[in-house]
Amino acid sequence: MARSGPIRILLAKPGLDGHDRGIRLVLRALRDAGMEVIYTGLRTTAEQIVKAAIEEDVEAIGLSSLSGAHETHFVEVSRILKEEDAEDILLFGGGIIPQQDIESLQKAGFDHLYPPGTPLEQIVADLRQQLRPGERENDNA
Amino acid sequence: MSAESPPPSEWKDRTWRPFVEGHPERAQEFLTSGGIPVEPMYSADPASEGAGEYPFTRGIHPSMYRGRLWTMRQYAGYSSPAETNARFRYLLEKGQTGLSVAFDLPTQIGYDSDAAEAMGEVGRVGVPINTVDDLDALLAEIPIDSVSISMTINSTSSILLSLLVALARRRGVPASKLRGTFQNDILKEFIARGTQRFPVEPSMRLVVDVIEYCQKEVPAFYPISISGYHIREAGSTAAQEIAFTLADGIAYMEACRDRGLDLVSVGRRLSFFFNSHNQLFEEVAKFRAARRMWARICRDRFGLDDDRACQLRFHSQTGGSTLQAMEPSNNVVRVTIQALAAVLGGTQSLHTNGWDEALSLPSEEAARLALRTQQIIASESGVADCVDPLGGAPFIENMTDSIEQEALSLIHEIDERGGMLKAIRDGYVRRAIEDSAYKSQLDQDSGKTTPIGVTRDGEIPEAPFSVDPAVEAQRKEALSTHRAKRDQAEIESHLNHIEAAASGDSNLIPVMVDALEAGCTLGEICTTLSRVFGEFQDHG
Repeated sequence: MARSGPIRILLAKPGLDGHDRGIRLVLRALRDAGMEVIYTGLRTTAEQIVKAAIEEDVEAIGLSSLSGAHETHFVEVSRILKEEDAEDILLFGGGIIPQQDIESLQKAGFDHLYPPGTPLEQIVADLRQQLRPGERENDNA
Repeated sequence: MSAESPPPSEWKDRTWRPFVEGHPERAQEFLTSGGIPVEPMYSADPASEGAGEYPFTRGIHPSMYRGRLWTMRQYAGYSSPAETNARFRYLLEKGQTGLSVAFDLPTQIGYDSDAAEAMGEVGRVGVPINTVDDLDALLAEIPIDSVSISMTINSTSSILLSLLVALARRRGVPASKLRGTFQNDILKEFIARGTQRFPVEPSMRLVVDVIEYCQKEVPAFYPISISGYHIREAGSTAAQEIAFTLADGIAYMEACRDRGLDLVSVGRRLSFFFNSHNQLFEEVAKFRAARRMWARICRDRFGLDDDRACQLRFHSQTGGSTLQAMEPSNNVVRVTIQALAAVLGGTQSLHTNGWDEALSLPSEEAARLALRTQQIIASESGVADCVDPLGGAPFIENMTDSIEQEALSLIHEIDERGGMLKAIRDGYVRRAIEDSAYKSQLDQDSGKTTPIGVTRDGEIPEAPFSVDPAVEAQRKEALSTHRAKRDQAEIESHLNHIEAAASGDSNLIPVMVDALEAGCTLGEICTTLSRVFGEFQDHG
């Protein structure tokens, strides 16, 4: 099932949160690592995010929230993905996610939840490992 | 210099002594713990300009904290108006001297708690306020004619002003007695904070409506707090923080001039809001440079010949983005250094962050410790006994000059691009901040600037505070009761008035006050405005 060629990612900020420093850094780091990244901007709904992900044929969706509304929005994206039979799209997230919420988000499909300050190369490495497991480090660059 | 060169105490005689005659200092004399007297200000050249003198590099008041300490103003708000009211009263009881309201995101962007857009966000990062009743509950048993109230509200500042005016009427308090600050700085929302609701032009009109209305009816309020805080949080450097903030200030002054407002009166009620990060001397120099630059902008660009109109008054807050989730108690030390920088830099008011805020909103215990940090600096360290104590040190003076030079060249760049509104629209400002943010993240990733206590696989403790998710349902129910008891025809008619006023160019505040008094909500007013103004759209 693993694809080849550049990894395609959608980054999004669901809900009303305006903190976009982190997601914009991730956007830049993923692009610098040779990935094709779409960022949908502030205040996108779960429906819009899933629709864009399917239309753009991405392999993973990265969500960011620093306003405490992650449970509502992250879980909603995961639910709609299932509804649309698009569960093969990988989910990851970042922001201020309390430790006590991580387990339930992992159950909803978010394998990695990155706190502020996570080294950018770690996010790049995790995505490569999950999406291009057979390839060596700089194959996408 | 003439043969009769001025005596060494010239600043003291010229400015300090006449001032303290009318404004006595906190003590007859200030002594170190060992009994050595502390002069109000030290200077290698006593004739050179000192505190309280244009361009105010050394401070806006001649005696600064020897006269009155800074206002300790902790930002708070969450869950419901009643719960936030309890936290406010707790902070006032512990010696806080002003209130600062954090609103939830739906309120900040103009959605009622029962709107679809508000789902999952109600009461999370602040308090929801949709009606006059909500504001009444938030400020229950708090005397609004004596406690000053700061509100972090921007795209909906016109509505919060109208709510406050309506509440004052309800309580029989003259609007002229209301004291406080509205953030009301929409430009930095487009640059760095992201709660804008309308496009830039109508947003600017609302900003000026608030300034104009306050000038006439609520004259003791500071109607705008031009904010670099969030620009810095978004990753800017110290010089970019003040350059972009002062450039926003220039844009607001120009907008007020275009409205025909008296710029001396506007200038006297402007305030600023800056960040305070870990590099103590850089921060102190930044505050000093900002004061000097703003005074010159007011005099040279706007021709203001009035000291108070040229003074840069500022609130400061310690740097949220410097807080670490790993070993979070270390943040107490970071906050202390940052608070000290703000005080040594001459801040007028200060918010110190809770040590646990990288994890969640602060717990009550962390909020108390943050306030205590300020109180210890004020009462036990002695730093408040001497004005601009670092001023005159070659390192500080050189750093002040360097930051000023860099910031001036950034403002020049913005002028070249046709002003701040254009520089925001063409993406220049965001790009510049993002470049700085990226560089600093790479420095941190490479180990060059890794914070103490932060490791690749370090543990993050559980969040100490959470908002009860039941609040959202309670709010929905309360709003539905509120809506049910109103006269629908009257509500429609008020909203139609607002729509008509928004299409014209008269000040919107009076019609908003009437509408809110009749029971209209913040969300209804914003929906009405968006029909005329359109909605901001972010395309990433």
